[in-house]
Amino acid sequence: MKRIVILLLAVFAAPAALAIDQDVRFTDPEMQARYEKLISEVRCLQCQNQSIKDSNVTLAADLRREIARMILEGQSNEQIAEFLVTRYGEFALYRPRATGKTLALWLAPFLLVLVGGIALVRVVRHRMSMPIDDEPSAEA
Amino acid sequence: MIPEIGQFALILALSLAVCQGVLPLVGAHRGDEAMMAVGRTAATGHLVFAAVAFACLTWAFLTDDFSVLYVVNHSQLSLPTVYKISAVWGAHEGSLLLWILLLAGWTVAVSRFSGGLPPAFAARVIGILGLLSVGFLLFALLTSNPFERLVPAAVDGGDLNPLLQDPGLAIHPPLLYIGYVGFSVAFAFAIAAMISGDLDRTWAKWTRPWTTVAWLFLTLGIALGSWWAYYELGWGGWWFWDAVENASFMPWLIGTALIHSLAVTEKRGLFKSWTLLLAITAFSLSLLGTFLVRSGIIVSVHAFAADPTRGRFILAFLAIVVIGALILYAWRAPSLDSDAGFGLLSRETFLLLNNVLLVVATALVLIGTLSPLVIEMATGGKISIGPPWFNVAFLVPMIPLVLLLGMGMQTAWRTQDTAAWVRILRIPAMLALVLGIAIPWLVYGRVSVLLVVGCGAAAWIVITSLLPILRSLRREKGAAGITRSALGMSVAHLGMGLFVLGVTVVSAFGVESDRALRVGESIEVAGYEFQMRELRNVQGPNFSAIEAEIAILDDGRQVATVLPQKRQYLVQRSPMTEAGIRAGLDKDLFVALGDPLGDEAWSVRIQYKPLIRFIWLGALVMALGGLIAISDRRYRSGVRAKAVAPVKAQESPA
Amino acid sequence: MNRYVWPLIGVAVLIVFLNMGLNHGDPKALPSPFIGKAAPEFELPTLKNPEVTIGKQNLLGQYSIVNVWATWCVMCKVEHGFLLDLAASRTIPIYGINWRDSRPDAIRWLNDLGDPYVASAYDEDGRVGIDWGVYGAPETFLIDPEGTVIYKHLGPLDPVVWQREFVARMNSGGAD
Repeated sequence: MKRIVILLLAVFAAPAALAIDQDVRFTDPEMQARYEKLISEVRCLQCQNQSIKDSNVTLAADLRREIARMILEGQSNEQIAEFLVTRYGEFALYRPRATGKTLALWLAPFLLVLVGGIALVRVVRHRMSMPIDDEPSAEA
Repeated sequence: MIPEIGQFALILALSLAVCQGVLPLVGAHRGDEAMMAVGRTAATGHLVFAAVAFACLTWAFLTDDFSVLYVVNHSQLSLPTVYKISAVWGAHEGSLLLWILLLAGWTVAVSRFSGGLPPAFAARVIGILGLLSVGFLLFALLTSNPFERLVPAAVDGGDLNPLLQDPGLAIHPPLLYIGYVGFSVAFAFAIAAMISGDLDRTWAKWTRPWTTVAWLFLTLGIALGSWWAYYELGWGGWWFWDAVENASFMPWLIGTALIHSLAVTEKRGLFKSWTLLLAITAFSLSLLGTFLVRSGIIVSVHAFAADPTRGRFILAFLAIVVIGALILYAWRAPSLDSDAGFGLLSRETFLLLNNVLLVVATALVLIGTLSPLVIEMATGGKISIGPPWFNVAFLVPMIPLVLLLGMGMQTAWRTQDTAAWVRILRIPAMLALVLGIAIPWLVYGRVSVLLVVGCGAAAWIVITSLLPILRSLRREKGAAGITRSALGMSVAHLGMGLFVLGVTVVSAFGVESDRALRVGESIEVAGYEFQMRELRNVQGPNFSAIEAEIAILDDGRQVATVLPQKRQYLVQRSPMTEAGIRAGLDKDLFVALGDPLGDEAWSVRIQYKPLIRFIWLGALVMALGGLIAISDRRYRSGVRAKAVAPVKAQESPA
Repeated sequence: MNRYVWPLIGVAVLIVFLNMGLNHGDPKALPSPFIGKAAPEFELPTLKNPEVTIGKQNLLGQYSIVNVWATWCVMCKVEHGFLLDLAASRTIPIYGINWRDSRPDAIRWLNDLGDPYVASAYDEDGRVGIDWGVYGAPETFLIDPEGTVIYKHLGPLDPVVWQREFVARMNSGGAD
């Protein structure tokens, strides 16, 4: 951990001419992967149609920097999400958190498939009970 | 002068559309042949004037007529000519004019190729299309006039949005709109059938080719949009579940379901009311898409200039059209049930499965698109639903669908002997499983459950798509016995298999890297070396750019040079990224310039995208399959035949 | 009621809902999550005197305005005249947060155009901006004497907005 901090300080402190961000890299690949996944799921509040990973605006860069800092400090993904939500609301997260109202959202796919499946079973059963003999036509 | 001619032409088009909309419907009701024939003539005249209006707007762009407000807002003296043309449909008013033109075009096509339809039915179809045209023409003339003047005229324009200054995006709207608007034909067929009360297998046979053509253009339009987003937007993604993307995808999903449902209705006379509902829904979703994009109700990168007045007009139009259609549906559908049955293992069952899963998928996309709005209005809180939710939700119905895809084609209508079925599918299934493990493992070095499912499903679809062809070839007639319909079906499903393979591989094995690079330095990504040779300034016709020359080396040997640019358009001053892509069927190597980092370094995003081209290739092949299917002999002969299998009553007053 | 009426009902509901959505207002505007809650703590050097720090405690005791501005922000220039008038009328103290700006540019800007602020905090790296949920300048916050955020306005201030949103809330004694 300490090595990573020192390494990162070196990256940040030394080339003062380098802009703040853009090259934030963790030597720990797990942290790097976590960082990249997180920033791809945070909405850019300024442009609103990109994640902060893809956006070039200043606010996106600032938020990336903050998230990197929080990962380094050892904060969990939930804490980082909470940080963003406190300041910008749930809107900031592309992945709706599974709270009360959004739970319905996450369950929807399974519920709908279930409903569809039931409808399907009923129709097929109904048709299975009917006579099949009608004149076949030439084409598919 | 020319813009006034254009405006006048639009008004004339409107009056002809009114004739086209009203007279044939009245005529069909009364059995008046003369009135019914008016439809055809009026439609032709309507098309002529719509074309004149469109030509006038194009002329205004080509001659840099900055006394026309629309031209001022979307063109510029230094805009290359080809984009002056595509700017015609580059924003709301002009794209609406394009819609009007295409709707008129479709109507004339229907009137030309409807020799086999009973006159009253054809008249009703043309009439309905005419009424729809009236709605759009009114929309244009009352709220979105492209010919509005700017007095005094401007000296130069505000330039076309740099994002649109691209060949891919230039043809994207026309292709997409041909599809969107084309679903109005299936809609009109459905309404006509409901008015007359006759809906049978012949109706389904007529509706199919029109639906397939619309569907194939929509497929191409969506694929083009995805490809464009990939190379133009600089982040290497190909689908973002943006509201406007979803707006085009939902009609596509329902359109696909409709094509399959029509097959059952044509073959067995089943699912008639369901097919009707799908036909109504497909076009309704096209209208809904238009509403979402142009009303400002939803945040989207694509959204045209938001204007609630326009939104209200479209919503009112949507309400009238869809509710009217559904009232007809509620009235007619109950009498459409038929008595035919089918067994558990049958093609009908599989097509039903197809429909259920596609409808579930559409519902999910709709929920994801509209929920932020619902939640905001209900609770005041704003949430975002983006790719993390959509990607998961969409897979839930899609994974079963891709696994089942191959089976239906091998299954007979009515009932299928289970043992024979298993015999046919046994080897393909094993082959698919083996390939599902081999492809990721041997080619890319990693396996996982999702990978095996994805690659296995892709192999499964490809093999089972080819099976019917192979089995036909082994029969006595050989290649001669393969109809174009059957060939088209195989090709289209094959395309789907390629698509699934592309998506699976690129999602699992794509590599992305954001790094800082200076001239002379190089970086290694996915086994390739990317070396920045030079950074230079370049001038374009209406932009200036920094261009990087980046050499790509494989094992020390140079395989390509790419030239990513960071452009600054002179008028709109928005920075744009032009990616440098080394394209290949097996992989793309993608380089985009980010921001200057100071100290002569630039941030560069490098991506390795294996099999990404299969995504668009798959879509292309799907569209090709559709094209092959509609060129089938029975449609061509049906066009010329005057006598058709007698459709029940003579036109009974509805 | 036959089951074929359901699609009709569903669509009718959808259309009613979409119509409500049209009336709903700007989809891009983000409501501030701080409304009704305590304003975020902060401590920053002031723009003109780096040795002097300013923080939330300066805001307490009366209604105050916190205005987020920058020299690169075009709309800030648009509202600047109104802010000067507001400052001159001495009705309410205006504090500034100079967001992601260059100190010399910002000081020169205030010298040239006038300084309506009691003091401006200099938020060089944007941390405080993020803490306040700022995403586009100009943004103006109305803070009550206890330090609670009553209202946030996105975009330039003008007399109409001032009366309708700010004065109205101060008179009614809190967030509605």
